[in-house]
Amino acid sequence: MSFNNLDTLYRQVIMDHYKNPRNRGSVEGDHLTVDMNNPTCGDRIQLQLQVEDDVVQDAKFDGEGCSISMSSASMMTQAIKGRSVDDALKMSHIFSEMMLGNEVDDDNLDLGDIEALQGVAKFPARIKCATLAWKAMEKGVEDNA
Amino acid sequence: MDVKAVRDAFPILHQEVNGHPLVYLDSSATSQKPKQVIEKLDEYYRGYNSNVHRGVHTLGTKATDEYEGAREKVRRFINAASTQEVIFTRGTTTSINTVAASYGRANLTEGDEIVITPMEHHSNIIPWQQLAKETGAALKYMPLQSDGTISIKDAEQTITDRTKIVAVMHVSNVLGTINPIKELAEIAHNHDAVMLVDGAQSAPHMRIDVQDMDCDFYAFSGHKMCGPTGIGVLHGKRSLLKDMEPVEFGGEMIDFVNLYDSTWKELPWKFEGGTPIIAGAVGLGAAIDFLNDVGLEEIEAHEHKLAQYALEKMSQIDGLTIYGPTERASLVTFNISDVHPHDVATVLDAEGIAVRAGHHCAQPLMKWLEVTATARASFYLYNTEEDIDRLVQGLQTTKEYFGDVF
Repeated sequence: MSFNNLDTLYRQVIMDHYKNPRNRGSVEGDHLTVDMNNPTCGDRIQLQLQVEDDVVQDAKFDGEGCSISMSSASMMTQAIKGRSVDDALKMSHIFSEMMLGNEVDDDNLDLGDIEALQGVAKFPARIKCATLAWKAMEKGVEDNA
Repeated sequence: MDVKAVRDAFPILHQEVNGHPLVYLDSSATSQKPKQVIEKLDEYYRGYNSNVHRGVHTLGTKATDEYEGAREKVRRFINAASTQEVIFTRGTTTSINTVAASYGRANLTEGDEIVITPMEHHSNIIPWQQLAKETGAALKYMPLQSDGTISIKDAEQTITDRTKIVAVMHVSNVLGTINPIKELAEIAHNHDAVMLVDGAQSAPHMRIDVQDMDCDFYAFSGHKMCGPTGIGVLHGKRSLLKDMEPVEFGGEMIDFVNLYDSTWKELPWKFEGGTPIIAGAVGLGAAIDFLNDVGLEEIEAHEHKLAQYALEKMSQIDGLTIYGPTERASLVTFNISDVHPHDVATVLDAEGIAVRAGHHCAQPLMKWLEVTATARASFYLYNTEEDIDRLVQGLQTTKEYFGDVF
């Protein structure tokens, strides 16, 4: 039996983030909290961000969901930590484009592990899983602005 | 029952999905449509599409005959006392909302109680939450037994003289529990409460007799019983419906319209404001003919066999948790090891197997089960034991695939 098609979705690095999530927990000290869920499927995430001088100093998440939503949250927090809010929003835009299957220009921003999620674009039903954490981040910094 | 002949009537089943023959195990969400229904819709739109109850012309008469003929088919299908008791709606949700908005607002007040169960679909929870907020009535839940059934003793303790409405699903869309409606209706009536039954998951699968169950309202959807989407039914006892105010006002439902006041048509039309769902009703009539031709008893027996076969095969899979009682309707809700149900559904989909994953519009029940989501395989008259074998195989594949992870 061939798993080729599934393998484009479930890359090893995704499974690693799912099994060993980075930045799971709560931010110490001042932070903003965003709760977001995916009402059609029940996935939910709580994202905590510490933003100082327009820089994301810390980002942590908690929640329940499938491998794609939780690994995406893990990767997202890893990616935006230490970045400016502008860069974080740019990354979010790049990620959305990636989910639409569009070519993305990420010369200036190293997406790192996130590129592993590229395969999700081929599974339309799962795109919302992958974008949940990014939507929460966008909401957080917008509410904070 | 000749399953092969039944399957031949459903064009959609004969296709490949992701390189595999389709196995459709999501009929509790919506059923597939036999060509008899598809052709009836085609015939209606090509042959006699017209508005009903008003045209003097020939097509209008034909459309009216077909529309009202469908009502008579529904009446016989659920053994209602009269076609006056059969109201066409958009579906189960609209049917329940109609009762909450009309009967509920007029008859409930502070201190009254509405009794439901934690296994209800959101469509049989939220209308009552809203009604409770509007009227000051209290919403109460009967407890569930550990196997996901209702005990009569608990029902007797929860339903009191303060209870005005008891609203319970006939068959659980998650647990497969078949609830003792007749007994619950009797308890409700002993306290002068009315009994509403959410029949979305029972009407498609078993012989329904609203007079025998003695429920006051029975709501169901056409699309889960081989009919088109957008058509459903509210059955209500005439003694209650006749005093109830309409919820939607406009054309079609009026008797006389004056400048400042109007009067309503007689039952059932006073509840069918606006141009009704004509094609939907005609299609539902064709679906009922189809189900009757196959035979409700045969369908029930076939599904019972499938459910028992699925339980037997699936319970042999290591790490698989099945929710709900052994004696159940034709669906199995489950989780497998620590694999999230969305991931299960994606792997199964890659194998051509369609199942539902999520909270199944029953978040309070998910909380009761202490899970955030589950996967569900649901069966109908066109499913076979081979479909279940494919599911079991797919679940083994899922385990293998995620084996390295967990």
